[in-house]
Formats: sequence, C-alpha cells, structure tokens
Amino acid sequence: MHFSRYAAAALVGTATIATPAQAQNADDVAALRRDMDQLRQDYQQRISELDSRLAQAEADAVAARAAALASAQESDMASVNQSQATPATMAATSNANIFNPGISVVLNGFLTAADRDTGEERIAGVATGGEIENPPPGLSLGESEVAFSANIDPYFYGFMVAALDSAGEIGVEEAYISTTQLPAGLTFTAGRFFSGIGYSNETHAHNWAFSDAALPYRAFLGSQLGDDGVQLAWLAPTDQYLVFGVEAFRGESYPAAGAANDGVGSYAAFVRTGGDIDVSNSYLASISYLRARAIDRDSDGDLFTGDADLLIGSLTYKWAPNGNRLIRNITATGEVFFGTEEGAFNGIPVDQDRFGWYAQGVYQFMPRWRAGLRYAALESDDPGILLAGSALDDMGADPFTATALMEFDPSEFSRLRLQYSRDESDIDPNTILTLQYTVIYGVHGAHRY
Amino acid sequence: MKKFIFGCVALISAAIASPAHANLNVFACEPEWGALAAEIGGDHVSIYNATVGGQDPHLVQARPSLIARARSADIRVCTGADLEVAWINLIVQQSRNTRLQAGQPGAFDATSVVRLLERPASVDRSQGDIHVVGNPHVQSDPRNMIPISRAMAQRFAQLDPANAQTYTTRQADFERRWNEALPRWAQRAAPLRGAAILVQHRSWPYLLNWLGMTEVAALEPQVGVPPSSGHLARVLQHLQTSPARFVIRSAYEDARPSEFIAQRANIQAVMLPYTVGGTPQATNLFTLYDDTINRLLAGLAL
Repeated sequence: MHFSRYAAAALVGTATIATPAQAQNADDVAALRRDMDQLRQDYQQRISELDSRLAQAEADAVAARAAALASAQESDMASVNQSQATPATMAATSNANIFNPGISVVLNGFLTAADRDTGEERIAGVATGGEIENPPPGLSLGESEVAFSANIDPYFYGFMVAALDSAGEIGVEEAYISTTQLPAGLTFTAGRFFSGIGYSNETHAHNWAFSDAALPYRAFLGSQLGDDGVQLAWLAPTDQYLVFGVEAFRGESYPAAGAANDGVGSYAAFVRTGGDIDVSNSYLASISYLRARAIDRDSDGDLFTGDADLLIGSLTYKWAPNGNRLIRNITATGEVFFGTEEGAFNGIPVDQDRFGWYAQGVYQFMPRWRAGLRYAALESDDPGILLAGSALDDMGADPFTATALMEFDPSEFSRLRLQYSRDESDIDPNTILTLQYTVIYGVHGAHRY
Repeated sequence: MKKFIFGCVALISAAIASPAHANLNVFACEPEWGALAAEIGGDHVSIYNATVGGQDPHLVQARPSLIARARSADIRVCTGADLEVAWINLIVQQSRNTRLQAGQPGAFDATSVVRLLERPASVDRSQGDIHVVGNPHVQSDPRNMIPISRAMAQRFAQLDPANAQTYTTRQADFERRWNEALPRWAQRAAPLRGAAILVQHRSWPYLLNWLGMTEVAALEPQVGVPPSSGHLARVLQHLQTSPARFVIRSAYEDARPSEFIAQRANIQAVMLPYTVGGTPQATNLFTLYDDTINRLLAGLAL
C-alpha cells in the first residue's frame, strides 16, 4: 500500500521534472495540470480500492480463524467419548452423524442334529415358560440382534436391543435408560431390561459360555428374566466390591404372568460381592431373590395362578496365569436355585418346592481355543395326588443335562462353537449336537466379568 | 440373617473409616502410568494398578476389584487411543464414578499429548483389531514420557491445587533425571541403529522409531490375529530376501510364534518387558528401558 503511494508520487514527480522548460505556455501548463490531476485521481482511486480490498481480506481471515477455532472446539467436545488423542484433526469430520449412537449387530446360526426332533422341549415336573427350546433340526438362523447405545445427555445413558427372530418378527429385548450422575454410587434404571439376579441372567445370549441357558435358568426363569421395570443399585464405597440392587417389574415375564398387582407383579433383590484372591485368581459371588406373581400363566394350556419364589446363590471363579488372559484362562461358575410355587394349577391347589443347580467350567487352553463342560440338574417335589400325571409331576425322572463344548474364535468378533448335549431334562431323553456361529460387528464390545 | 446384615454393616463401616488416605487416589490402567504417577505424585498420591506387567492390556475384564477401586478414584491414568476400549468404559460406568467419565479432569489419557504413529487412512475390521486413532503403544519410546509427565503433573495440580507446587517440582526433577537417562540409553543402544527386525504384534513403532530399527515383517498376519503356520512360512520365505537380526515380542504374548521363527531363521527371540513389571528386571520406569535395551542388545549377539 505504502509502496503504491510512493510509486504514484514518484511518477508524478518524474512527470513534473520531465516537463520541457520551453513549453512555458500557460495553456500547456493548464492542460498538463489537468492531466496530472486526472492521473493523481486515478491513482488515488486505485489505491483506496486496494486499501479496502486488503482490509476486507484481513477481516475474512480473522473470521475464518475464529470459525475454525469454534468448530474445532465443538468437535473436540463431540469426540471426547471416542478419544482425545487427535483433537485438531477431528475438526474436519464434524458432521450431523457424530452424535449417532454406537451400533452393534449380532448374527448367529445353527446346524443341529439330534436323536429326537428339537424345538419342542419340555422339562419334566415343570410348567415351563419363556424361551427354552433348542434350535430346530438342520440349518437354522438364530435371533439376530441390533443394539444401539449412547449417552443421552449428561444425566442419562440409553440402550436398546431389537431382536429379530428367524421368522422376521421384531421384539424389543431391552430398552432402558440409566442414570449416570446420581451421587453416592447409586444407579437408577428404567425400561425393559434383564434382571440382575443370578450370575448370567443379565448377560445377552450371544455372550453365554454355552449356546443354551443352563437347565435351572430354563426351568425357573424361562432361560432369562427380562421385563419392564425399574432397578435401583448401589455400589458400596469399599475396596471389596459390594453391590446391592432392588428391582420391581411389571410381571408379564415368566415365572410371573398377567401383570398382577396393577402392573407391578414381580420384585427382585440381589447382593453381589467379589474381588481378587491374588493376581491370577478372582471371584464374584451373589445371592438373589425373586418373588413373582402369576395370573393365569399359560404353559401349553395349563394355567397357574399364584406366587413363585426363587432364591439363587451364585459363585464364579476366574483364573489366568499372572492375570494374563491372552493365552490361557479358566472361568468356572456354579449356581444353586431354590424355588417354590404356591397357588392354583388348573384350579387345583398346589405348593411345590423345586431345587436346581449347575456347575460349569470353560478352559481356554491356547489363544482362540476353548473347551467346556457343564452339568445341570433339577428336582421337583411331588405336586400331590390331585396333580399326579400333570406337567408338574416329573414321573420319577431326575432331569439333568450334561454338555460339552469346543470353541474356536477366529477373532474377538467371531466364534465357532461345537456343542454336545445329553439332555435328560424331559421324560424322553435326547442327544443333541449343535454347530453354531456367532458374530458381532459395530462398536467394540465390553469384556464383562 | 441378622448376623449377616450386622456383618455387612461392620464391613462397610470399617472400609469407610479406613485410615486417612493420600490426597489423590490414582487408578492406573497400566503399570507404566502408575509408575509415572508415583514419580510425580510421591506421597501425595495413592496408586492402584489395574493391571500388572505381563498382562495383555487389551484383554482385561471388568473384574469386581477394578470396579470397586475405580469408585473411589480421583483420576484414572490410562493409555487411551482405544487400547482399553474393551474394559475401561464399562469399569467407569459400573463404578458410578462421574469424576472418571470421558471429558472430566479425572480422565487422563497419555496418548492425548503424544503424536500417534500408524494412524490408519481407512479402517475396516477385515484388517484385524486395529486401533482407529493410531497405534496406542506410546510407552515404548521413553521420549514420550516428557510431554506425558508434564501433562500429568498439570492434571494432578488441577485436581489437587493444594499440592500443585509439589507436583510441578517433582515433575521438573523427573524431567531432569529423564533427560540425563535419554542420551545414556541412546548411546548404549547405538549398535541397534539400522537393525532390521521382526515383531510378533505391531506394538513397537515407537520403539523402532526411537532406536532407528526397521520392521521387516510382523508375525501376526493382521493385528490381533494369532500367526497361522501358513503366514509364518511366508514370513520365513520373506526372510530369505530381507533378513532380520531378531524377533521381538512383549512379555504377555504367546512365546511359540517367536520361538518357531527364531529356530528356523536361526535368530534370537527377544522377549521385552513392554511395561514396568513385565520382567523381573523392569522394576521401575528407568529400569524398564535399561532392561529393554539390554535384551535388544542380547538379541544382536547371535
């Protein structure tokens, strides 16, 4: 800018000096002055034009810097959940999708061979409910799940799993919100969710150690208890892990039915504790209690109305050499179930006790390879002379299942499992061989204990 | 039942009334950050290491003890960059400790102040269990400890202003001692410069970068996928044209793939501590790098 002014002045100066002395003619001088004025005006105009363009450019640059800074800060905040590693480069990716929830998809399929046709299982001495059937013979698709999870705002976390069965019907398996900011170690959860009772009830089927639920889970909880309800859990401020939880449910899910008590039909409570024995060994123990009210609960046409009580004791133990799970590890779980059903079965009074237990162990003997064994058994009291021969009468059978598995995980996101079961849970025993694949893709799953 | 309840109450009261603890409760995801926190915090911090040397930090489970310890922590010091993606979020969530949630001052990721290598241009799980934001194993280059220690001291000072001066002083002292050690390590490691080596898992770009070594190949065909015999055969073939001096793995990895290659290629299999406590010799941050260099130099011997 200054340079232009000097240049103009120099030009004018040169022009003045260059004026021939002989041409001292007044007209000439006047004409020359007009030219000079014209020239000066032209230059003035151009210089002011340049000035204003420069000012504009400077203002634009400042604005652009401010905008870039603002969007960088915005995307910083957006990406804190992902990582704080490279905030500066995240600015470019800021877009409407950045707040999309974490999505994961679970697919699984079976190849089943059995002595007797599978898919219509019953358990001797139990009026069953829920989903206790094995996959049908031959090739079949298991339940496909889509899960969405995200922090909703600073106060709530949201989670939903939609399950599509092989016929294409969509069910809401879980859909709940949980608090993230309650003080004193409290968490409140509301919606549809799996109850926190037992060791594996909360665990989604694709994360179970075996491809089906253990016999007591099938008999007492219809494989898994999930219902609409609320849960309050408290983590004690101790170095020893200690959690207390209470739950209330609508009471639509087995062993409850009919949403009794104006739609608050089931209550549950649990205490969990656990810790490290040493660097290689750790455990988790829990005691859980469930009281469920059933109104006209339908088990293959049999109707039960009354109360179901269940007490569960659970112990899980894990081992990995020096705590390193990569190469070898063992997970062993045992649970005992004490249940009582009191009420009317097809109108006939009943008060029946039941006891179930299982023990299982899974050993990863080299990276990606696991072998497992499980034994589960169930005993039902005599339901009484009036109910002899009914579904509640086990006809002297002692239901049990013995299961063995061999598993190969190509990666953390895929699994192939061969499972052999000797199933004597019904009057007619069965031998079942299942080959199953399970994959999960999308957000990285968490390693639950 | 009464006795049980009484027992629970007694247990809780005893735990709450436990002796006055240090000013900052630090939950260290990996032992190297626990060791660094000790250098900076001294007596003012009480440190719980979630993992020990010799454990694969990718594969940790949300054990009950970790959840209980995270509940009382003021700060978690982790690697970040998705190294702990499979467990830390679950632990923070289950610990109900809002101080440790992402974005809070109590969430400290070492990788947030280091330039990450191997940031993939595109990501797809067909490439294995890759880290989306870059390679997180930054602790294998000791030069990274300086910016990380500065940031950690700042964070400690922010959370515990009463002892801010101590953290600053101790960090400066650590940095002075570290700056003395760095040239010593570089000098001892000089024979390694230019060495072409094999790695079992791709967790060493920072180490290679620091000591000027080059990676001929990785034994894992894809990140996190254990080496198959077919892939190992290809690696052996590759060694015919591009020989390697030795093969390295971390203390938590399966020894067999390294041993297999070492035997057939007639090179040494070198196990590195990876972190504090990974080997008996790697007792603190300083001896971690002493031992790493000793073992690498021994690898040249054959």
